[in-house]
Amino acid sequence: MYFGLSEEQQSIQESIGKFLEDEATVENIKLFNKGNLPDLPDTIHEGLLELGVHGLIIPEEYGGLGLDLLFATAVSQALGTGIAVSPYIGSYVLAPFAITNLGSDQQKEKYLRGITDLKIRFGVGLTEFIAAREKAQITLKNNEINGRALFVIDASQATHFLISDSLGILSIINANDPGLEIITLTTVDKTSSVVELRMNKVKAELLDSPNNDSANTQKLVDLGRLLIAADSLGAAQVMINKAVEYANERKQFGRLIGSFQAVKHMCAQMTADIEPCYALIWYSAHCMEHLPEESNIMASHSKAHVSEVASVIAKTSTEVHGGMGFTDELGLHYWFKRIGLNRQLLGGVNTVREEAADAQGF
Amino acid sequence: MNLDFGSQYDNFRNEVKSFCDNYRGVTVKRSVLGSLLYTQEESTTAAKEDDLVLTAQEWQKILIENGYFARNIPKEYGGFGARLDIVENVIINQEFSKAKIPLGTGGQGIDFLVPTLLEMGTEEQKKRYIRPALYLEEIWCQGYSEPNAGSDLASLQTKGVLEGDEWVINGQKIWTSTAKYAQMMFCLVRTEPEAPKHQGISYLLIPMDSPGIEVRPLVDMTLNAGFNEVFLTDVRIPATNIVGNRGQGWLVANKTLVHERGSLADPEKMMSRFNELVELMKEETIDGQRVIDKPVFRDQLMKVQGKVLALRAHGLRLLSARLNRGQNVSLGTMIVKLYGTEMRYEMESLAIDVMGELGTLYEDSPHLRSGGKWQYAYMYYLGLIIGGGTSQIQKNIISERGLGLPKEPKVKEY
Repeated sequence: MYFGLSEEQQSIQESIGKFLEDEATVENIKLFNKGNLPDLPDTIHEGLLELGVHGLIIPEEYGGLGLDLLFATAVSQALGTGIAVSPYIGSYVLAPFAITNLGSDQQKEKYLRGITDLKIRFGVGLTEFIAAREKAQITLKNNEINGRALFVIDASQATHFLISDSLGILSIINANDPGLEIITLTTVDKTSSVVELRMNKVKAELLDSPNNDSANTQKLVDLGRLLIAADSLGAAQVMINKAVEYANERKQFGRLIGSFQAVKHMCAQMTADIEPCYALIWYSAHCMEHLPEESNIMASHSKAHVSEVASVIAKTSTEVHGGMGFTDELGLHYWFKRIGLNRQLLGGVNTVREEAADAQGF
Repeated sequence: MNLDFGSQYDNFRNEVKSFCDNYRGVTVKRSVLGSLLYTQEESTTAAKEDDLVLTAQEWQKILIENGYFARNIPKEYGGFGARLDIVENVIINQEFSKAKIPLGTGGQGIDFLVPTLLEMGTEEQKKRYIRPALYLEEIWCQGYSEPNAGSDLASLQTKGVLEGDEWVINGQKIWTSTAKYAQMMFCLVRTEPEAPKHQGISYLLIPMDSPGIEVRPLVDMTLNAGFNEVFLTDVRIPATNIVGNRGQGWLVANKTLVHERGSLADPEKMMSRFNELVELMKEETIDGQRVIDKPVFRDQLMKVQGKVLALRAHGLRLLSARLNRGQNVSLGTMIVKLYGTEMRYEMESLAIDVMGELGTLYEDSPHLRSGGKWQYAYMYYLGLIIGGGTSQIQKNIISERGLGLPKEPKVKEY
């Protein structure tokens, strides 16, 4: 029995961590947020490509590494640590996962190969299947797609979009389709790219498998939720680390603030909250491929529970930093905001929990 | 228990009501003046065409002349000069809030400096500073915190040395909101380096156009530059610009800090914010269903409402203690900042969850709700949990001063 990440998984986490520490420094993220370092996403993206993140789960026959979803989850966690300015979850895991499982051989050859050849990038829109806002709807008929996809993730520089209609049927659309209008949304977290798609008679290429149905789209949503949870986990751990570091250097009343029990207990509580999240996330990732009967519930709880824990950590860590935690100068808020965004993506806490209860027939 | 203020106030209430009727729909522009809170919460309602639009100064003048602002400040210093009657002030707040008429503009000068001067200032100081502060002709900022003196404010190091008939001041202040616009700063400065730390501080009044002052904006997580750092290099002010005696500054400042903590949780504001949240939950939908119809959200909304209503009733209890001798609510007073700010943060967090993905939008994004004020407030109230005495400091106060638990033992520095 061995529960935990493998040496390879840990080693890629370290490489990503080190890379982001060097390239995505708080200084750089700050500059990027102010519009002064527009190349940062490309720099980060290229570095991550060198580490092979784009082909991680793509089968070897299409030029990928053919690794498993626990691997993909471990990478997500590492990227969250450095609040990477980069598409990963949508472009390099969700889209390849869907195409690998539900695409025809032709589609795999075209799109998976396209991804590993760095010619194709996907944005992913699942919101209207999960929990539509503003009564947005997406209808699919005769290979034509109509409607609005309100919250499409990893959309920056996407050449294609993988979109679920309201009923959970997946299709691919081309970013250049004349019927497609792409509207950039600005969120609190500029390190993530989100758009709205307005589709008017857009040509839809359905994923070809007869299994392209709501059950499999739910599985895709589960994977997305798990990866987002892993990203928040990484970000939350950094917020704890930074709080502990600050408590160990900031002095008030003639002593390190970390020597006060009030502050110590805040740090200890954050740790007690986060530690079980690692096991939850890894187990959940394991379920995706090895215990499919549990995977839906585990992914739901991963998303809901880690979101909740991470939100509390984001607040607590900021409080440990005092006023400085509130400033742009320190930049702690970039992690706070990533956690805030992740909490809502692919279903907020309440939505996901409601689904989980329904799924168990409660 | 009797919640009636008595019929002797009926006339007064009617007067206030008729004033409110006259000014129904008035819009007051205060983009610069007042605290960050005012500007964000009240400038969001756009003026309609036939609305009366006034500057903050114009509105302030009308309010003071009618006795609805600076009501109890003596006439000779620019106030309305009515004798203090707390009930009257409560009635003004209630009626203004009902009629959705903006109250006067507060801010650090009016809320903290003016009461301080009234109590500790010289006659010259009262005559010179109070009127322009009330009429917003002179904006004040508060120079208390320093980079190394936050929770431990009394360890502040900005130095003041008396040279002839001038104070020469050197040091740095931080979290100085409105410093960009202020003409004056009331400032805590260490003037008696030999004295124990609480007894070595003086309360000085510094013109912001003095040579040697540099103001640098401090951007916070909301992307707003509401705070500033103020650098003081060989700043010279007259020796008479001191409130109270040398070394008394801590005492002087503490009176207004108590005030600041209380003012951070206003039940009327909470109620109207709660009502806005209800409206939001009626408007937002998930899969076509109104959020307010969803049981999990209803439960959370009711949880928040319970807290809001408790705080509103708590406000009546605190008011009663001010009107009736012998009612002891010191614990009830101490918890207000902790309870109020934490609850408000909870309420703003719920609003974000209600909006879901839309709750993450910001700045000028399409689909942004109410100009992003929920997102702003969600972050801003985290700032308020920290500012004005952190929640941890509040808990120390409650446990030590309120419950009589022993103080943290003094330990050797490490």
